[in-house]
Amino acid sequence: MRILLMGSPNVGKSVIFTRLTGVNVITSNYPGTTVEYTKGTMRYRGEPVEVVDAPGTYSLDPTSRAEEVAVAMVKNADLIINVVDATNLERSLNLTLDLIRTGKPLIIALNLWDEAKHKGIKIDVKQLEEILDVPCVPTCAVTGEGIKELVSRLDEARPSEFTYQDKWETIGQIVSQVQQVTHRHHTAWERLADASVRPFTGIPIALIVLYLSFRLIRLIGESLISFVFDPLFERLWAPLMLKLSALLGGSGLLHGILIGELIDGKIKFMESMGLLTTGLYVPFAAVLPYIFAFYLVLSLLEDSGYLPRLAVLMDTFMHRLGLHGLGIIPMLLGLGCNVPGSLSTRILETRRERFIAATIMAIAVPCMAQIAMIVGLVGKYGAKGLGTVFGTLFIIWVGLGALLNRILKGESPEIFVDIPPYRVPYMKAVAKKVWMRVKWFLKEAVPFVLLGVFIVNVLYTLGIIQLMGRLAAPIVTGLFGLPKETVGALLIGFLRKDVAVGMLVPLGLTLRQLIIASVILAIYFPCVATFTTLARELGLKDMLKSVAIMITLTIIVGTLLNLILPR
Amino acid sequence: MTVRIPLVNAYPGEPCRVVQIQGGYGLIRRLYALGIREGKVIRKLTTQFMRGPVVIDVGGAQVAIGFGMASKIIVEVNR
Repeated sequence: MRILLMGSPNVGKSVIFTRLTGVNVITSNYPGTTVEYTKGTMRYRGEPVEVVDAPGTYSLDPTSRAEEVAVAMVKNADLIINVVDATNLERSLNLTLDLIRTGKPLIIALNLWDEAKHKGIKIDVKQLEEILDVPCVPTCAVTGEGIKELVSRLDEARPSEFTYQDKWETIGQIVSQVQQVTHRHHTAWERLADASVRPFTGIPIALIVLYLSFRLIRLIGESLISFVFDPLFERLWAPLMLKLSALLGGSGLLHGILIGELIDGKIKFMESMGLLTTGLYVPFAAVLPYIFAFYLVLSLLEDSGYLPRLAVLMDTFMHRLGLHGLGIIPMLLGLGCNVPGSLSTRILETRRERFIAATIMAIAVPCMAQIAMIVGLVGKYGAKGLGTVFGTLFIIWVGLGALLNRILKGESPEIFVDIPPYRVPYMKAVAKKVWMRVKWFLKEAVPFVLLGVFIVNVLYTLGIIQLMGRLAAPIVTGLFGLPKETVGALLIGFLRKDVAVGMLVPLGLTLRQLIIASVILAIYFPCVATFTTLARELGLKDMLKSVAIMITLTIIVGTLLNLILPR
Repeated sequence: MTVRIPLVNAYPGEPCRVVQIQGGYGLIRRLYALGIREGKVIRKLTTQFMRGPVVIDVGGAQVAIGFGMASKIIVEVNR
């Protein structure tokens, strides 16, 4: 048996899903957080049954890839839980009436019940139940209220006998029969909500929010590194590793793989390149603090409901890049990791938009792991280093988007987005979400980092990097002005970009070389995880086009930087 | 006296009764799905610079739609 959760975007289906199954999924306060379905199981009538969390859709007539995913699932469902937004009954009933016509057993969860109460909206549940001829249960998924009743009434779910002619007239009648709205004054939140989408106040607010976000990420990331992780590695782990090094005789194959090279008789965590030294330091001490900081801030922004407002303010600008305002969401998620970034291009309506968004993100939006390493690498040069690297990437992002917008046929559709009310982020939900994302990083990234470090050792030992270096010298040295050893980083960058950036440390590059190498590593090709996701999302043909753009662009940008940057 | 104007020309916050949506099936369907349809009273809240998106209040909920779409919504206002 399969139970399907259906509802408009941003009504809390995923929160109900988590409540029912205990399976954690990412939830936020903006439409389109769920772009893929998630499966889980719950016990029902003493047996395990499958529960599916579908992306949100306003009707059974899809308008985006994410909605298509949802609509395709209806056929295989044995029971549908229609999650309805109690604060906006009228809009939600559109999908409900569509679902009634499918003849599937149906039960309705009137979610956001508490928020509706605050808004002065009263719904006569009994009467709604009588009209629609299916059980209706008020819920507040975030706190868990009503979930027990929802589960206990699953048995009553049934195909509705309700019939109607004109859908919108019917909806109007139902709403006027069951809903009462008492007028109430604007709250401070609502005034802030208005101010943040008005251009004169909204743009300054956006700049402040973004500035504070970046400062906060840097503050948390740096503090964790210098007060927690660096001392931990330097004071506790390094002496241990030195003992192990002595035990292994200070050199040899095993020593090389586990400890790497000792520099002046000491372990340098960024340079030694051993599994137990650099292999652990990079993911845990250099990257993890930034991953944590970024996802904490992103989760707060997501759950507050600010992102759709930012999308509205950015809309005109994003149209220059062939996208509409919602196109910033894949970019923001891509700053964390390009994999969820690629997946979230599904909230965009057309193939053209998805291609542009995925391509400029994969090329010009470095993930947090890479950013953390670049900050570690060139951060000491201040704006001259970091500013040049990220400024160049920003110019590429804008330039490439504008170029693709010119070249590709068609134009970008207009924005069309629901703006949710501001909500104070529910701290337990934020903590859980940050933990899920950090856990994902630890599970998916750390093995690849270790593998990357291992392969570096193998390739060096076998002399492959040296060989590749000689082969690629005309481009890497001739055009980009980098030493030929940089090829090693480019090879490993396919596996993990953070390890690749780390490989630049022992090369003793000058600032201009560091800048060129950092930019090249960001744009030349996505890492393997992003590559597979993109290939799946774009299809082979568009992926190849995207790859062609990456390689051409790398050669142009690398050469230009080499020419322009002062020696 | 009531006048018919495109929604984009309404004053911010002014009550507007939707009388016509001059668009194809696709647009009408999407607007309907957000509760914007003939007979409904909606309000334009804000517009952005350079024909950016328009934020609309529909029965207490807010939606942002493109300027082009908003100019296809014909509304009746009291002037």
